[in-house]
Amino acid sequence: MTNEKKDELALDCLLLAGQIMMESGAETYRVEDTMLRMARSQNLDAQSYVTPTGIILSLGEKQKTKIISISSRITDLYKIAKVNEVSRKLTLKIITLDEAYDELRFIQKTNYFLPIWLQIFMSAVSSACFLILFRGNWTDMPAAFLAGGAGYLALLLMQHLTKVKFFSEFFASFVVALVAFLAVTSGYGNELDKIIISGVMPLVPGILITNAVRDLMAGHLTAGIAKGTEAFLTAFAIGSGVAIVVAIH
Amino acid sequence: MEYLVQLVFSFLATASLCVIFNAPVKAIPYCGLVGAAGWMIYYIALEEQLAEVIAAFLGAFFVAVCAQGYARRLKTPMIVFIVSGIIPLVPGGLAYNTMRYFVEQNYTLGLETGIRAFLISGAIAMGIVFSEVIFQLFVKFMTKGRTSMQSFIRNKRRL
Repeated sequence: MTNEKKDELALDCLLLAGQIMMESGAETYRVEDTMLRMARSQNLDAQSYVTPTGIILSLGEKQKTKIISISSRITDLYKIAKVNEVSRKLTLKIITLDEAYDELRFIQKTNYFLPIWLQIFMSAVSSACFLILFRGNWTDMPAAFLAGGAGYLALLLMQHLTKVKFFSEFFASFVVALVAFLAVTSGYGNELDKIIISGVMPLVPGILITNAVRDLMAGHLTAGIAKGTEAFLTAFAIGSGVAIVVAIH
Repeated sequence: MEYLVQLVFSFLATASLCVIFNAPVKAIPYCGLVGAAGWMIYYIALEEQLAEVIAAFLGAFFVAVCAQGYARRLKTPMIVFIVSGIIPLVPGGLAYNTMRYFVEQNYTLGLETGIRAFLISGAIAMGIVFSEVIFQLFVKFMTKGRTSMQSFIRNKRRL
């Protein structure tokens, strides 16, 4: 392989790794760190600029600068762990650049999520548990269980149908509040507020807020502000979805 | 008894949300443990009449210490344990309440709750970063490992 071809491949490989990590919700400085480590293991002098919506990577004078855009961000810890593994193997020279690229392509295409019914069930379980953590009433647990499950189901359904994150979160929190409201009016629940809060816990952007602050602390001001805005939008969607039900009430 | 209930339910809540965030299956029980440990620190601190910001800081600090240990033992990136460990701590309920107050046109309460949520998430992030740095200072003499944040800043300087 000529030197130029190898640089081209390295550039693609680094960008792909960065893209997968960013789309899976890794912190910005960790994405940049992983990319630079991989570059150094290939004796390349790379410069990168990472934001939550796109990555710019340059290998200095000898190569063109490449850019990649990132349109959707979810939390997928398994993919982050996988990319990290590839990057570690590449840095320790266990695999070559070619193999790393193939592995990354495979990771990008594969869906590692557990079955959807299990996700919905688990979100219902976590809502019921959060009710206890928020010092709710034991008798409200079934209502919170239902609300959490229904909310997550609504989120997945709307995400599948519309692909607009803001709207699906709005709709999901609307469903959560509706279920909680129906449970309270029909006598199966007592505290509307606590049921709603535990029901929306699987939806709220807590991780986004914290990661935004961590990015700000690492000096990634652009990324921190952008993630903060995303968190604000999500919180706004959830708040307004609930508010509609409360207003009718 | 109260503590036991909190321990069990924080473990369950964390472990089940890990499934949604798609943590590696073999790491899920440990994620639950980390989350439960952080929540217990937070809960006890609140019971001892500490401010919620300090309680969140202490909880996050402990979460990050546990996460470092498990990350080394299970050879899994630390973010897996940190993201799941802070699930019970993050001010999701407050963020939601903020927006609800705003939508209900209760602006004063909304601002107050929003600032509380921001300060708590800042405290959590600070707890994680501090513990990452302090832990690395201890480990530094034995291995050559660095936190990603440190090596990131060092690389920046070298370029």
